[in-house]
Amino acid sequence: MHAANGDIRPAYREYSAWLTDQSLDRLRQKHQQADLLFRRLGITFTVYGEDEGGERMIPFDVIPRVLSHEEWAVLERGAIQRVDALNAFLHDIYHDQEIIRAGLVPAELVMTNEAFQPQMLGLDLPRRVYAHVSGVDVVRIDDKTFFVLEDNVRTPSGVSYMLENRETMMRLFPDLFARSVVAPVDRYPEYLLHSLQAVAPLGVDDPTVVLMTPGQYNSAYFEHAFLATEMGIELVEGRDMFVDSGSVFMRTTEGPKRVDVIYRRIDDGFIDPLAFNPESALGVPGILSVVRSGRVTLCNAIGTGVADDKAMYVYVPDMIRFYLGEEPVLQNVPTFSCRKADDLKYVLDNIADLVVKEVHGSGGYGMLVGPKATKAQCADFKKRLQAEPDNYIAQPTLALSTCPTLVEEGIAPRHVDLRPFVLSGEKTRVMPGGLTRVALKAGSLVVNSSQGGGTKDTWVLEAPAVVEDEE
Amino acid sequence: MLSSTADNLFWMARYMERSENTARLLTGLYHMSLLPARRGAQAGLWEGLFQSEEEREAYLAKYDAFKTDPVLTYMVLDRDNPSSIRSCVWSARENVRATRHVLTTDMWETINSTWLDIAQVTYADMQDMGHHEFLEWIKVRSHLFRGVAHGTMRRGEAFEFWRMGVFIERAENTIRLLAARAHTFKPSGPASRPDTATLDYYQWGTLLRSVNAYKAYREIYKSQIDPRRVVELLILNPEIPRSVIACVEETCEVLEGLRPRSRSYEQGSDLLNRLQAARIDRIYRTGMARFLEDYRAGLHDLSLQIQRDFLMIQ
Repeated sequence: MHAANGDIRPAYREYSAWLTDQSLDRLRQKHQQADLLFRRLGITFTVYGEDEGGERMIPFDVIPRVLSHEEWAVLERGAIQRVDALNAFLHDIYHDQEIIRAGLVPAELVMTNEAFQPQMLGLDLPRRVYAHVSGVDVVRIDDKTFFVLEDNVRTPSGVSYMLENRETMMRLFPDLFARSVVAPVDRYPEYLLHSLQAVAPLGVDDPTVVLMTPGQYNSAYFEHAFLATEMGIELVEGRDMFVDSGSVFMRTTEGPKRVDVIYRRIDDGFIDPLAFNPESALGVPGILSVVRSGRVTLCNAIGTGVADDKAMYVYVPDMIRFYLGEEPVLQNVPTFSCRKADDLKYVLDNIADLVVKEVHGSGGYGMLVGPKATKAQCADFKKRLQAEPDNYIAQPTLALSTCPTLVEEGIAPRHVDLRPFVLSGEKTRVMPGGLTRVALKAGSLVVNSSQGGGTKDTWVLEAPAVVEDEE
Repeated sequence: MLSSTADNLFWMARYMERSENTARLLTGLYHMSLLPARRGAQAGLWEGLFQSEEEREAYLAKYDAFKTDPVLTYMVLDRDNPSSIRSCVWSARENVRATRHVLTTDMWETINSTWLDIAQVTYADMQDMGHHEFLEWIKVRSHLFRGVAHGTMRRGEAFEFWRMGVFIERAENTIRLLAARAHTFKPSGPASRPDTATLDYYQWGTLLRSVNAYKAYREIYKSQIDPRRVVELLILNPEIPRSVIACVEETCEVLEGLRPRSRSYEQGSDLLNRLQAARIDRIYRTGMARFLEDYRAGLHDLSLQIQRDFLMIQ
C-alpha cells in the first residue's frame, strides 16, 4: 500500500481514508459475513483425500488490493505482449521452429519437454491461438517494477475468485464502491465465450461451445460450473461425449448433438485415452483425431505446457523480441538455470539467499525458500541439485510488495502476488483486475491456496472521466 | 440438455423426496412405538422397516437389535447406510452440486444449507431437539426445497426431469409404506373386528397422518378408520397428492410432454391404466402383498426405461 518513500500510494488514498474510519470490529464482522456467504454459495475447493469431498474454502480477505489506472496500463500492455509472444512461440515450435533455428531457444529444451506434443506438429489452429486463456503471475518489487513470476497457459484457474470476490465486496461494502471508481470485471464470462466462439472450426457459423470438467471432485469444479453457467453453455465430462464419423458429439436427452469448441479444464494427458493415458476415465476416446482433422477446437490447445515451463520462462523476453520486435514491458525475475554449469555453481554457493524451484513443479510444492530454510534443508536441496541440475531453477528472494490484510493481530502487511487473466481469440485482452493471492502467515512468500494462502479482491481504478467543455 | 444432467436432476429429486418420506415413515413408527398397545412389542414394529434380506443384514452388521435408538440412528444419521436421511440429503446435494449450472442459486443454497446443518447433527442432538421435531425439520426442509424448485425453476426440461423424479420416488414410497403393513391385510371378512378396532384406529390413523391424508380420509369417508379404505385412498384416489395413482398420473403427464412416442410413456400409461381399472375389492381378493409387489416391480421397470430413454444408461 505504501510507496518506497513511505507515502501512501495514490491509488490507495481514498481507500485508506475510508479504512481509517472503520473499526476493527466492523471489519471482523464483515469478514465473518463474507465467510458465511462463501460457504453458503459453496465457493469451495476440494482437498484430495479428505472425508465427504473434503471441501474447503480459500480464506478471503476483506481488504482489497488497489492499483491505479497508470499502474494497470503497464500491466495490461505487458501481459498482452507476453501472451501474444507465447502464442507465436507455440505456433512456431509446432511448425517451422524458427526460434530454434535462430539459436535463441535450445532444441532439446523443446523437443524433450514432457509437455511437447508431437501430434500437434504441422497442425493449423484457428487464428493461430494456442493459449486462449492465460494467467500471468506478477509481483511488485518497487514503485515502478512488476516482475513476472510465471506464465500459466495450460488450464489456469482462479478466475471465479476474481469474479466472486468482487461480488462479495460489493455486497459487503456498497459504500466503498460509491467512493471509488473501480473498473468492473463482471464481463469476463461474456468475453471468454466470445473468444471461444472466435476459434470455432472453419465453416461453423453458430458453434456449440462446451466446458469440459474432470468432474465434481476436481479441486476447481466450482469454477467450472460457475463459468459454464455464466456463459450459458453445457458443462460436460468425458462420459458425456463420444466421437462418431469424424466429429465430437454430446449425449443429450434429445439424442446426440455436435460439439465444435471445447473449453477443457482437464490436463493434456487425460483428454484422450487412445492417444495418451489409457487409464484415463475422464477423457473421450478418439477426440485427438478429431482435433487433428480440425473439426473440433480444444481450448487451450494440446501441448501448450511447453511454453509455461519454468525452464522456458527465461526465454520469454527473447520470444517477445523475436516474434513481436518489441522490448518486454514486464521484466522476468532474474533466474539461474541450474542446467548451466556457471549458474549451478552460483546457486550452490548462495543457496541460503535464493528460492529454488523445480522446473515442472507447481502449487508451491517442491521448492526451497533459502532464507527461511534450515541448514539441513539447504544441504538436502544441494544434493538434489547436484543429482538433477536440469530439474531446477533458482531466483533471488524478492522484496515482494505487501498489502494490508486483516489477520489475528489486526491489520498487518502481508505479501501478495497477482494473476491477471488474458483472453486470446479475435484479439487479446485482459480483464482489469485479477486474482490477488496473499500469504497469510507473517513474512511468508508462499501464496498458494494449498499452502495457506488467501485471496483478495483486486481493484483497478478507472481513469478520471474527461469532462468535456460545454459549448 | 445433457443426459447426465437430466440424470442428476432426476436423482436429486428422488433423494430429496426419499429423505422426506423416510422422515414421514419414521415419524409414524416412532409415534406408534409410544402407544400403550405397542409397549414390549417394539421389535416387530421397527423390524418391519427392513423389508429385504439385504437391508436386514446391513443393519444387523452394525447393530444388534431392532430398537428405537439404534434404528433411528441407522435410518437418520448413519453415513454407512446409503438410504439414511443424512445420506439421502448428501446424495441430493451432490446431484445438485453437479448440476448447479442449470439450477437456480436458491435451490443450491437451500439444499446446501440443509446439508451443512444435518452434517453436524449427532444422535444426542436429535434427542435434545426431540425426535419428532427433528423429523419434522427434515420434512420442512424438503418442502422448502420443493417450493424453491417450483417457485424458481424455468419451466423447461430440467423442471420436468426434476418433477418426474419426485413423483416416481413418491409412488414407490407410498407403496413401501403400505407394504410394511401388508401382512395385516386380510383377504376377506368385515373391515374391522371390534376387538382390533382401537389398534386399527391408531395404526392406520398414524399412517394416514404420516402422509397428510388423515383429514382427507375423514372428509371423504366420514366413517371410522377402515384399513381397506385407507388403502383405497392411498392407492386409487387421484385427489390425494401422495397416492400412487396421483404420482403415476403426474409421471405420465411429464413423459407425454417430453416424448410421447417413447417406451417410457407406453409403460407409464400401462401402469396408469392398471390403477384406473382397479377396484379395491378385487385387489384385496388377489392379495394385497402380491399387488403391491407387482406394482412396485412395474414402477422399477418404468424407472429403468426412463433412464434408458433419456438418461445415462446406454
